[in-house]
Amino acid sequence: MSKKAEHNIKAYGNNFTTMTPGPFAIKLRTCKIWQFIRFIVINIKMLVVVRKSH
Amino acid sequence: MARLVVLGGGVSGHTAATFAAKWLGSAHEVVVVTPNSKWNWIPSNIWVGVGEMSKEEVTFDLAPVYAKAGINYKQAKALSINPEGSELLNKPFVTIEYTLAGREGMTENVEYDYLINATGPKLNFGATPGLGDANGLGEFTVSVCTADHAVHANEEFQKCIQKMKKGERQKFLIGTGHGLCTCQGAAFEYIFNIEHELNKAGVRDMADLKWISNESFLGDFGVGGLHMKSMGFAVSSKIFAESLFTERNVDWIIGAHVNKVEKGKVSYELLDGSMGEEEFDFSMLIPPFAGVGLKAYAKDGTDITATVFAPNGFMKVDANYSAGAYENWRASDWPKTYQNPTYGNMFACGIAFAPPHPISKPMSSPNGTPINPTPPRTGMPSGIIGKAVAHSICDRILQGENAPLHEASMAHMGAACVASAGKGIFDGTAAAMTIYPVVPDFEKYPGTGRDTDYTFGEIGLAGHWIKHILHHLFIWKAKLKAGWTLIPE
Repeated sequence: MSKKAEHNIKAYGNNFTTMTPGPFAIKLRTCKIWQFIRFIVINIKMLVVVRKSH
Repeated sequence: MARLVVLGGGVSGHTAATFAAKWLGSAHEVVVVTPNSKWNWIPSNIWVGVGEMSKEEVTFDLAPVYAKAGINYKQAKALSINPEGSELLNKPFVTIEYTLAGREGMTENVEYDYLINATGPKLNFGATPGLGDANGLGEFTVSVCTADHAVHANEEFQKCIQKMKKGERQKFLIGTGHGLCTCQGAAFEYIFNIEHELNKAGVRDMADLKWISNESFLGDFGVGGLHMKSMGFAVSSKIFAESLFTERNVDWIIGAHVNKVEKGKVSYELLDGSMGEEEFDFSMLIPPFAGVGLKAYAKDGTDITATVFAPNGFMKVDANYSAGAYENWRASDWPKTYQNPTYGNMFACGIAFAPPHPISKPMSSPNGTPINPTPPRTGMPSGIIGKAVAHSICDRILQGENAPLHEASMAHMGAACVASAGKGIFDGTAAAMTIYPVVPDFEKYPGTGRDTDYTFGEIGLAGHWIKHILHHLFIWKAKLKAGWTLIPE
């Protein structure tokens, strides 16, 4: 799992120049406590955009 | 008593009709003409297409909802508009043809004082040989554009999973089926749901996934891409998308105009003029959109379709259709009130209005084939525009013909978008994004064209939870249940 995303990069292929998430970034995406915080933050951000759009 | 006729019962038409009925009350009449008996929350068709939801979970019957709202519902399709009336009828009217069981094929002229054209698109499968024909989807690919299409897509998908479980490798090709498609976001969401389900079924290692699209770069999404604030950088959606595709081991072909579909194979032309072929065992390709083919006639019966509609079949509104080359495009080209310039009592909203030009830079191959996304006008902008148009018409009915029109330009409006993979509460992930404004304004926001304080994106469970909430929230709102007016578009 540690560097799984890196293994998908093909030298000089389509995806050779992109960035890939490391284990910590991937862990954060499913960490329930962190994601609960992000849930609040994203909701606030979306509500601000919705308010600006009406 | 004034009569407002709304053509179409999708996100934009339904929003316009329900708010108009609420604001006008029983003193005036709101008529909805739509060929469908059910309302469909289209974003969740993606989940139907991988077997995570049933058709019944993303649709509901329109008749009881419109009965509750006091809306006169006609299950029919519009054929033509007579904005000046005819030699027999003095008032403007729409000619409709019923699709309601028992009345199929019967026609009727429905007079109106105000008209909203919110018909949505014609799914133009016939534009690409083999993708389909005038009757709809062909036999070689699947679609998630309607709930029925999504049910069929899942049936084919499950067959592939069974083959993989028996040791047969399968190739999945997902994307756009023509050089001038829009809705890349739907295909983007579908390919990652496919990938998620393959993992869940334990057959991911037996599958090759490939993306094919008319975008000139991955992450264009029909809005010319976007820059999102992340880790202190303004990061292009190209980086964001390429990273996700790489992480999930999905290869891609971009700048592609699919020009032919055969059994198990597509042929395409790229922006550099080269031709290619790609084989597949399962393919979901979004068709291009066109207007539904409404005609318009003057009082004396003269065909004035070209006056009312753009060549692509979408209705002309208060946009600048003569902007010309990309270098001349301005945010102000985009319509604000959605009023038809010839007939002031006609408006268009959602996909039905003719955009002034694409949002993504227009491109073509050396052979002259145009290959660029056409502008998306779905989801949140579609609902906001529908509500603004309804507001304008209600003001004119209640306050007089000179009441000022409400504005909802896509160049001054943002959009929130969540592309989710999986359906489980804790085993799904989503890319959640906001974009402000939808149409970039390079004069106001030099460089990126957008306000990076309000344009962001991130991947994780949080966005996935929001996707779940949005599904239930918008169906609740569309059913006009308690507090529906408090839920924003």
